[in-house]
Amino acid sequence: MLNKRRVLTLLVPFIIFIIGAVLLATPLLKGSDPSKLDSALVGQTVPAFTLQDIYDENKQYDASIFKGQKMLLNVWATWCPTCYAEHTYLNKLAKQGLYIVGMNYKDNRKKAIRWLNDLNDPYQISLFDQNGMLGMDLGVYGAPETFLIDSKGIIQYRHVGDLNEKVWNDKLLAIYEGME
Amino acid sequence: MNPRRKKRLLITSSLIAGLSLAIGLTLYALQQNIDLFYTPNEILNGKNETGEKPEIGQRLRIGGMVLNGSVQRNPESLKVSFDLIDNKAGQVTVYFDGILPDLFREGQGIVAQGVLKSENSIEAFEVLAKHDEEYMPPEVAEALKGMEHLKTESELAK
Amino acid sequence: MLPEIGQFTLILACVLSFLQMVYPLYGVQTGHQGAIRSARILTILQFIAVAFSFAILAYSFLINDFTIGYIATNSNSAMPWYFRLSAVWGAHEGSLLLWVFLLSGWSIAVALMSKRLPIESVARVLAVLGLLSFGFYLFVILTSNPFERTLPYFPIDGRDLNPLLQDFGLVIHPPMLYMGYVGFSVAFAFAIAALLEGRLDSAWAKWSRPWTMAAWVFLTVGIALGSWWAYYELGWGGWWFWDPVENASFMPWLAGTALIHSLAVSEKRGVFKSWTVLLALSAFSLSLLGTFLVRSGVLVSVHAFASDPTRGLFILGFLVLVIGGSLLLYAIQASKVKSRGRYELASRESMLLINNILLIAALIVVLLGTLLPLVHKEIGLGSISIGEPFFNRMFTILIVPFSLFLGVGSLFRWKRQQLNDLKKPLSLILILSVLSTIAFLFVFAPFLTWLAVLGTFLGFWIIVAVVYEIYLRSTHRHAFSKGVMKLGNSHWAMSLGHLGLAVIIIGITMTQNFSIEKDIKLAVGDHITFEHYDFHFDQVKPLNGPNYTGTVGIFTVKQDQKQIAVMKAEKRLYTVQRMPMTEAAIDAGITRDLYIAMGEQLPDGAWAVRIYYKPFIRWIWLGPLIMAFGGILMMCDRRYRSKKENADQDPMTTDKEGTENA
Repeated sequence: MLNKRRVLTLLVPFIIFIIGAVLLATPLLKGSDPSKLDSALVGQTVPAFTLQDIYDENKQYDASIFKGQKMLLNVWATWCPTCYAEHTYLNKLAKQGLYIVGMNYKDNRKKAIRWLNDLNDPYQISLFDQNGMLGMDLGVYGAPETFLIDSKGIIQYRHVGDLNEKVWNDKLLAIYEGME
Repeated sequence: MNPRRKKRLLITSSLIAGLSLAIGLTLYALQQNIDLFYTPNEILNGKNETGEKPEIGQRLRIGGMVLNGSVQRNPESLKVSFDLIDNKAGQVTVYFDGILPDLFREGQGIVAQGVLKSENSIEAFEVLAKHDEEYMPPEVAEALKGMEHLKTESELAK
Repeated sequence: MLPEIGQFTLILACVLSFLQMVYPLYGVQTGHQGAIRSARILTILQFIAVAFSFAILAYSFLINDFTIGYIATNSNSAMPWYFRLSAVWGAHEGSLLLWVFLLSGWSIAVALMSKRLPIESVARVLAVLGLLSFGFYLFVILTSNPFERTLPYFPIDGRDLNPLLQDFGLVIHPPMLYMGYVGFSVAFAFAIAALLEGRLDSAWAKWSRPWTMAAWVFLTVGIALGSWWAYYELGWGGWWFWDPVENASFMPWLAGTALIHSLAVSEKRGVFKSWTVLLALSAFSLSLLGTFLVRSGVLVSVHAFASDPTRGLFILGFLVLVIGGSLLLYAIQASKVKSRGRYELASRESMLLINNILLIAALIVVLLGTLLPLVHKEIGLGSISIGEPFFNRMFTILIVPFSLFLGVGSLFRWKRQQLNDLKKPLSLILILSVLSTIAFLFVFAPFLTWLAVLGTFLGFWIIVAVVYEIYLRSTHRHAFSKGVMKLGNSHWAMSLGHLGLAVIIIGITMTQNFSIEKDIKLAVGDHITFEHYDFHFDQVKPLNGPNYTGTVGIFTVKQDQKQIAVMKAEKRLYTVQRMPMTEAAIDAGITRDLYIAMGEQLPDGAWAVRIYYKPFIRWIWLGPLIMAFGGILMMCDRRYRSKKENADQDPMTTDKEGTENA
């Protein structure tokens, strides 16, 4: 029948479109695998680095500071509004006795020091990563991010986004408690 | 054949002829203008997917991080060279004559387009740092894993 | 409180759009008059709700309400008010809000300006628009809420808008582009409504035409603005980069251009109807695809969607539903359509068919070049990029037959053209255009290349043909001076559209062949001379803007010893985002631009400087403006306004209008 053939011809655009859609969906579905993003460094030690202290240019640290006790590594910057939001909670955690290392990321030293003076400093050690070198090695793609590191210096978990009471109690606390 | 059919046939065949001409030309032009993307490691050891090494004289794109301290300038002109590294063992030297983009800095991820000069050096005709192009191919990001940072730089609304 | 109200009215608009989709369709099915009439009212209400929501977001930007996360990340109190306002569409969430706002703007325009249409048709069209709105409202509300608060802890100041976007061009470019994208939804809705109704006739083509033209005008201007912006803001002096974001806007334009031509045939001659419908569906589908490609991050960066793959998947799902559904409907319904018109091979119809084929070929080239890297990667062959030379070569090839046919096409008669009758006019056009080409190149070209000769010839071929055609039509039955006044708006629209293309072709040819680009090292006090121009690097001064600092290089330009310009090229550092930006200094002119951009300062204190001489580059943007003006003229044609339709047209004007094809 002529009409049937016509329908089939007219179906061609539809078929082409469906093939295209499948093609477009593949990278998206693959990319949506969240473990891919997080797994890069989980289970490994913090990469080697040398960074200055935020308050004192002459004071330098390397990767050995991450050994000896379990701790949090918090990546922050003054240009990041969410960091402002989570800062209060970090202060609270620090008061509870958690060992937190701060890494100021791609920022301005003066502004960062003023921020810490104004809002209280929850960090035992404050690293100054001006050009984002360590951030790069850690695979940081924004701020804030928080890493849980055990006493052997191995990264156990990476949290992207702000840290608050809910996130801490629901997710991170259990991992933190389970670490050595 | 009645005239109507004849006309149809003519139209259909001219359509098909036009299309196949377009496709033929396109494929021909494509063949000459596909630039494969390499990381420094892939230049030295072959592509991850196929194991193929680039040939000298081949046009290609390379993405990597500018090694600290490797930037060397010719004091007389705008000629400059620098080394690119990646998260594996590769290290490739890029030669460029021109103005580097605003965001070009040591320790920064960049993409260069150019021709392979020797096994481990490239004559670039274009160097792009991130914000000069809104388009950062995903593979660059992958090769530089961790060199992509602030979301704002990629969220250009154009 | 305000943001919550904005959020609420947005949800309200979403609900209204759902009703706008369902209720009128129910009315059409059951013949319920009240339900059919509700379409207009619901559309108006929906518009009011979303306009309110948009106004609240804009106002929150103006008053620096950093409790809203979107504002905190994309604005800063140091920015001037107009950039704070344009920052509304500076990033993902806000530009989507703009998108739905514009969509409902087009819907309300259809609701208010289609009084002449049968009410059932209006109801169907508005229902389809309601469906589109509903999908996008869901997308905004579920995945990209611009009103999300950062409470209880909010920043004292925002992170600033991306410096690239802090520019006048970016204030108007996205709204224009979106008006174009979204505008094709009307043609889409008309097509779907006609398919649902099973009635694809000339009336349908006639209603669709002005709407399609309006969208096309916006898209044309939007693309031209984007190109102009890239030229002066990116600091590279290029005007088109063939990057996926640009291609995403170019593809709907190509489909739209094909559509306005094929709609003309469908209206005049009743042929090509199912093809026209397919184009109407494609133009909008490509707009959606463009949005998907840009917004999902599939092509932009792996991280953009790794952080939020739901967005990409949502749009893709919506895409599959809308495009897939409409193409399926098309396959079933369009097969019932019969073309009634007959035409010979040598006829205006065939010419327009060739136009469509070439435009679609161009579209395929762009689509291929944009998506192939993705496919190549997917099938495991590694990452590739497709260089500019590919696109440039393909378009150089395609433009030759396109221009040649375009020149003669408007001389052809509908149905049947005696080719012998064309011999004389064609040889005349050929001679005149060759002469003009020689004269033009003699005056403006410093040397000759084959491409320069070809491009200029094609440009003049079109110009001469258009002018000659106007002359022929005018003297058809009257003296020229009287006849030229009698030409309809639509006819002028076609002529202007084609002239615009000719201007673009000449502009591109001259710029690509005769530009001089020098990247050089200059210290203060140095100078460089080329093309009769002498550039003297006078001094470097510090620069202090509201949210940036930097330096400005000042150059004096002399031509044959006479000072013609002082140019100030800026190098800015945006303090909040710590991002350097180049602001080029441009001395614009109708036959040439001078362009200076500061590069970096070299270790010895000298500067790397780009100095460009770009002949005729303004013509590249002048052309689209002429085209757009033509489009506006066509919309003003009385056929699309007068109530009495064809009743009051004397045979004379019918004949004139029968000849236009723009």
